[in-house]
Amino acid sequence: MRERTFAPSRILIYLIVLLIAAAWLAPLAVVVLNSLRSNEEIAQGSMIGWPQHWAWSNYVAAWSGFCVAETCAGIRPYMLNSALVTIPATIFSTLLGAVAGYAVSLWRFRGDTWIYGIVTLGLFLPQQMRLLPWTIVLRDIGLINTLAGLVLIHTIQGLSFTTLFCRNYYVAIPHELIRAARIDGAGFFRIFWRIILPLSPPILIVTVIWQFTHIWNEFLYGVTFTSGQQQPVTAALIALSAAVADIPQHGVQSAAVIIAALPTLLIYLLGGKYFVRGLTAGAVK
Amino acid sequence: MAALSIRTLSKRYANLEVLKGVDLDIESGEFTVLVGPSGCGKSTLLNIVAGLDHPSAGTVEIGGRVVNDVPPKDRDIAMVFQSYALYPSMTVRQNITFGMECRHVPKAEQDAAVANVAKLLQIEALLGRKPSQLSGGQRQRVAMGRALVRDPLLFLFDEPLSNLDAKLRVEMRMEIKRLHQRIGATIIYVTHDQIEAMTMATRIAVMHRGVVQQFADPDTVYRYPANLFVARFMGSPPMNTMPARLEADAGGPVVVIGAGRPDEVRLRLQGYDAAAPYLGREVVFGIRPECIAEGNRVFSGDAPIVVHAPVEMVEPTGAETIVLLRLGGESALARITPDIRPPPGTAAPFALDTRRICLFDPETERLIA
Repeated sequence: MRERTFAPSRILIYLIVLLIAAAWLAPLAVVVLNSLRSNEEIAQGSMIGWPQHWAWSNYVAAWSGFCVAETCAGIRPYMLNSALVTIPATIFSTLLGAVAGYAVSLWRFRGDTWIYGIVTLGLFLPQQMRLLPWTIVLRDIGLINTLAGLVLIHTIQGLSFTTLFCRNYYVAIPHELIRAARIDGAGFFRIFWRIILPLSPPILIVTVIWQFTHIWNEFLYGVTFTSGQQQPVTAALIALSAAVADIPQHGVQSAAVIIAALPTLLIYLLGGKYFVRGLTAGAVK
Repeated sequence: MAALSIRTLSKRYANLEVLKGVDLDIESGEFTVLVGPSGCGKSTLLNIVAGLDHPSAGTVEIGGRVVNDVPPKDRDIAMVFQSYALYPSMTVRQNITFGMECRHVPKAEQDAAVANVAKLLQIEALLGRKPSQLSGGQRQRVAMGRALVRDPLLFLFDEPLSNLDAKLRVEMRMEIKRLHQRIGATIIYVTHDQIEAMTMATRIAVMHRGVVQQFADPDTVYRYPANLFVARFMGSPPMNTMPARLEADAGGPVVVIGAGRPDEVRLRLQGYDAAAPYLGREVVFGIRPECIAEGNRVFSGDAPIVVHAPVEMVEPTGAETIVLLRLGGESALARITPDIRPPPGTAAPFALDTRRICLFDPETERLIA
């Protein structure tokens, strides 16, 4: 076994690492602690402090009791909204991205590199630039202020990323596999379904985590295209802050923020090891 | 019946001409090897036959039917790939049945076909495994099984042995040849390895720069290479080629290597009537290394022709000794008996088999005689 040494340089490295970690974790710690303190306690003391009494009731209030935009059902309905937008949009954008990535990486057709280039160009367009076009589109097809409208936006916007991810994964698949299958008599979709999709779990997990996290945390489209009862939880959290402007309710707000962040945290904890593996591994052996 | 006819086939990518008017006729039951250095167009030709690539001009006929516009699956072919291209997520059995599944062959028929092929290739024990659980040789067998189960008009092999180690390659080479003799299939086999071509083929098509240089049986290709490229490509070590002069002598034509030098070599030719127009002209002289041997070797025929030549280097291989020597100032390789090791820097006697000399036109590089 290698002997452990504590050279000064090593100690310095650990110090720096610890400092950076502390800086990153401090906001989370403040929010977690505040979510467990009563409003009075926060109001009397400072924003930063150790809970004197564990105020679990904050979570109950945030979940189902607190009033947002004139209804008093907590953030539960908005969590449901977010789920109804995020889950279908994640599934659709991932599947479409997989098919698109498969097509541009393993099938040669006229203009394939152009199509791929245009699709991935979407990565570099700032979000606010797309607000106006989407407003017009949603208005014309009658999906303004609906969850279906958000599903549509996130599915299409997500295609740039999912196509890029899947394409980069599929280019490592030997073309001979496709040729062999073509000689065997399989067509585009049979090859995708029987040969490519079974090879895809690593990259599909990556795209699902990525898409889920981004769509769940997305705020701008949510706040722009929906209002009132139709808002996703990210937008509702702002409404919640506005509602408590008169009497600050930092405890409940903190609890609501943590509840709203839980799904993405969970999905990362469950799939995190595949995430790193999928991003680095490409080869199909 | 011609299993495959290729007519004036050419293929052009942008401004790169990969195939330049290829014509080939392959009879049913033949084992044809397309051989050539990388980039000669042999794989492109195979892909066009398979329908995976499209020709710029010319036609491909399989079993008497023009298939230019027929998709790969309807060409009645099966292909074995260099990387084997086994479907990674399927078992060996599923790999073999996938084609039949696509063609909606009834289940009972599929099972019978798999059992049959598995027995032929001795892969019965592997049917439940995934490709990742197989060794290189086993994967190769499964890839062949996938092709065999289709019982096609034409088998296409694209460098199937180049991913195997040397020992396994020799074993599989024999196995493929045995398989061909047993089932009498029509095979087109692409390789860059001239030994594979020589050992397996009933006919060899040597390709270079998009042109078929020679299409003949292995013995003819080896003994009468159509041009200098074929002469230097086939055989290991390759044929010795060097500039020489053809002179008329009282007793007939004589090849002179290094004319005018003190160590010039004069070799009398017999039965090279086709060389008559070249008398008094420059030619390229070619002789296979095995036609230069130790001085006391007797090549059947007339009195042995022995030259004394300086030895530059000696390579003992165990089975034979390869000697680098100078013939009239030109370097040449000889294959001599293993236990004779002439010391480098000295001159030693070498017997030459002058009946198997090749003469080439220095301009066109074609075989004269």
